[in-house]
Amino acid sequence: MSQISIKNAKKIFDETVVIPDLNVSIPEGSLFTLLGPSGCGKTTLLRMIAGFNSIEGGDFFFNENRINDQDPSRRNIGMVFQNYAIFPHLSVRENVEFGLKQRKLKKDEVRSRAEKYLRLIQMEEYMDRKPEQLSGGQQQRVALARALAINPDVLLMDEPLSNLDAKLRIDMRQAIREIQREVGITTVYVTHDQEEAMAISDQIAVMKGGVIQQVGKPKELYHRPANEFVATFIGRTNMLDAELDMVNGVPVITFENGYSLPMPKLTHIEPQNVRISIRPEDFNRVESVEETFGAVIKDSIYLGLNTEYMVELSNGKFIQVTEESSFDEDLNAGDIVNFKINPNKINVYNSEGTINLTEVR
Amino acid sequence: MATKQNELNGLAKVDPTAMAGPTQKKRFRLDIWSISAIVILITYVLFLVYPVGNLLKQSVFTETSGLTIENFTRFFSMSYYSGTLFNSFKVSITATVFALILGILLAYLFAMFEFRGKKLLRILIIIASMSAPFIGAYSWILLLGRSGLITRSLSNLFGIQMPDIYGFSGIVLVFSLQLFPLIFLYVNGAFKSIDQSILEAAEGMGVTGINRFFKVVLPLLMPTVLAGALLVFMRAFSDFGTPMLIGEGYRTFPVLIYTEFISEVGGDSAFASALAVIAIFIALTIFFLQQMVALKYSFSMNSLHPVRTKKVSGFKKVMVYVISYGVVFTAVLPQLYLVYTSFLNTSGMVFQPGYSLNSYREAFSRMGNSIINTIRIPLLAITIVVIFAVFISYLAVRRRNPLTATIDTLSMIPYIVPGTVLGIAFLTSYNTGVGGTGLLTITGTTFIMVVSLAVRRLPYTIRSSVAALHQISPSIEEAAQSLGSSKINTFFRITVPMMMPGIIAGAILSWITMISELSTSILLYTVNTRTVTVAIYTEVIRGNYGIAAALSTILMIFTVLSLLLFMKVSGKDEISL
Ligand SMILES: Nc1ncnc2c1ncn2[C@@H]1O[C@H](COP(=O)(O)OP(=O)(O)OP(=O)(O)O)[C@@H](O)[C@H]1O
Ligand SMILES: [Mg+2]
Repeated sequence: MSQISIKNAKKIFDETVVIPDLNVSIPEGSLFTLLGPSGCGKTTLLRMIAGFNSIEGGDFFFNENRINDQDPSRRNIGMVFQNYAIFPHLSVRENVEFGLKQRKLKKDEVRSRAEKYLRLIQMEEYMDRKPEQLSGGQQQRVALARALAINPDVLLMDEPLSNLDAKLRIDMRQAIREIQREVGITTVYVTHDQEEAMAISDQIAVMKGGVIQQVGKPKELYHRPANEFVATFIGRTNMLDAELDMVNGVPVITFENGYSLPMPKLTHIEPQNVRISIRPEDFNRVESVEETFGAVIKDSIYLGLNTEYMVELSNGKFIQVTEESSFDEDLNAGDIVNFKINPNKINVYNSEGTINLTEVR
Repeated sequence: MATKQNELNGLAKVDPTAMAGPTQKKRFRLDIWSISAIVILITYVLFLVYPVGNLLKQSVFTETSGLTIENFTRFFSMSYYSGTLFNSFKVSITATVFALILGILLAYLFAMFEFRGKKLLRILIIIASMSAPFIGAYSWILLLGRSGLITRSLSNLFGIQMPDIYGFSGIVLVFSLQLFPLIFLYVNGAFKSIDQSILEAAEGMGVTGINRFFKVVLPLLMPTVLAGALLVFMRAFSDFGTPMLIGEGYRTFPVLIYTEFISEVGGDSAFASALAVIAIFIALTIFFLQQMVALKYSFSMNSLHPVRTKKVSGFKKVMVYVISYGVVFTAVLPQLYLVYTSFLNTSGMVFQPGYSLNSYREAFSRMGNSIINTIRIPLLAITIVVIFAVFISYLAVRRRNPLTATIDTLSMIPYIVPGTVLGIAFLTSYNTGVGGTGLLTITGTTFIMVVSLAVRRLPYTIRSSVAALHQISPSIEEAAQSLGSSKINTFFRITVPMMMPGIIAGAILSWITMISELSTSILLYTVNTRTVTVAIYTEVIRGNYGIAAALSTILMIFTVLSLLLFMKVSGKDEISL
């Protein structure tokens, strides 16, 4: 078990800087996810940890050991690949035993360890099959057992579920989560599926353009996104322009449609133009017209649990609003509705969207 | 987050040599890959670059007059010489056209229509293509020559006088029948990548039948047809056994090279070298022309629903059977006839009444060592081929750099250089060792036979190993490494076993082409290293037809067994080249 620390990591591919300067520390025993849009450098970083990519700068540590110059085969990592990378000419058991044999263990120890991990992934009955006789999900389980069987310091997974169908993906991520907990191994998990990331992770690092935007628990990322990118990337949100002013010593934000909201938390922030992130579910529809703002419903989509509304504000801007469905509710295009906003639920950013003012101390 | 100091540290650690590549340091390291690359490169320098370079040098440099182009002007100024080049182009182009017509026609029938016996026909076609062309020539002489079986029967029974088979028409006949199987095999494979829907779409637009074939099907097959045409042309252009036997006065370029060289052995071989250089030049030119044309036609297809065969009836059905069986029968006829004559009583060139195993008895007693050589020499060569192919393909695919790219290119050169040329290059380059140093004085040894065969037949195994390697995801190797397996261990435990089917398929193909190899061996052999193919040739020349037929049959059995093995290993009843 190891803690992974990465200091000033730099990656250059053919003169393009893919990762300029990355620092992160991954706590021992946690499931840590790298999340970000395609091409942001998740795989690149993971492969630097694994040793399959050269490191153009910085230091990588497993606990106190600097691993920069270590051959991948000596880093004691377990790796699970997107395409499973099962050895097709070896049986399930031989696949799992492969890594153990490299460690020069005794024969019966190799056998019993392999069997233990095959049991863990509930594949002991398929032990003597060839990989081609397994489904994608089963192959991925074998890949997981093979990686875990060598008792690695860290487990690395690059989009392990993306080749599976939707239902299996959910089952497998549950299985991975459980097994990871049970084994307690430090795991770096790469995905671009934010729902998967939220479901599985202790901590998530959101990346964009080779730069980590925010590291946090799923809850923190959703409710306190560090910048506008994270706010829009994790879940859905409405970004609205507003102005932050001092009115009678109390900070107040005023939206373009004239609605204003006191924000006592922002006392130490200078008055300025700001960007507000409001999640669709954080608009509270109320009957009264006092201290609310009106809007016109343009369209609605009934999704069962929730109903989504496309709503036009008085300044012509559109926003998305989600509300729990109910049988009696009957809102149609053209209806006028009134909303209130809970100041604790929203996030206020500077006009560039780079700093979360709500979080500035 | 990052302090200025850290940033500077990070920058300072950038190693300019580590910009690319999968390993930690790109700095040159003496690992198994660089060592094998160097060994392979040295081998190619010694056994390809040096002899071919030596040939070049000999062609323009003589001891007496120094640097000169005299040999080239002599060739081009005398039509006695340059006419052979014209002849060669004429037979090669004509034979290529016929081979294309026959091969495409047959492939079309196979792909479009349902008929019985396809599998058998396909195997017969492959057998026909795998024998040495000159054996076909010799058999056709027995059938259609002046006192040939068919010639005599026709004139005895019907008083019909057959046209003369010797010269141009005979060479074209043999080449066409010998080489159309290559086109067939290529095009047959290409048909598999045409989607049924394309044909149906054409039909929907009113393009059917022969019209559809020329407007839709043929253009789709074009890249394959071009590749096949190149191969056929090069084979026809570089074959020397066939025109030697059946050409009589009609001299082609390889014949000229061979005879000039043989008549000058021991003396100054500068002229033969110049001819060889011209041959290399032509081969390269045609190769690059073909590449350029092929590039224009290249596109990728994949078919979800391969072309379905149709049932035919009536006259059409008869035609389909007559053409497909007729062509294939004609192609294997020479082989079959040789098998038949091998059981005849023979005295010299005359077949006597009655059957016996005398020819075999004689073949074994007089040519026994050639049979052993035909196993021994190719077996040694194939071992080298497999080892080299495994490393070369891995280096070319997974460790691409200027060095390995050079090796990749070098390894393909023998694919297009005529065997006679390589034979001359070998023979003239090691007489007194490399550069006259006495090092590697290998002329006349088994070693030179083995090396020349290996160099010439490596491309087949390399190509199929490369294809196999492309099927293996690099992450498989990374997975092995992450499990603690070293690079060498990963290579031998994971990569090579996964490549194995491809390697074996290519190796058997190399093997089959080795046992029927003539043009290089005929120059390099000695009494001790004579192979069956060489023995057949010399026995035919000496007029010992019985022994020749028996040896041909033995060679054919070798080939068929190897083919069956190939089909078993690759799990296919077809060969892709
Ligand atoms: N071997 C390589 N050579 C050159 N550029 C590369 C190489 N590998 C990755 N890149 C580039 O580095 C950037 C990051 O790639 P990376 O594969 O890490 O993205 P990713 O975050 O894993 O994306 P995805 O979600 O699509 O897998 C991309 O712009 C990519 O084009
Ligand atoms: Mg990726």
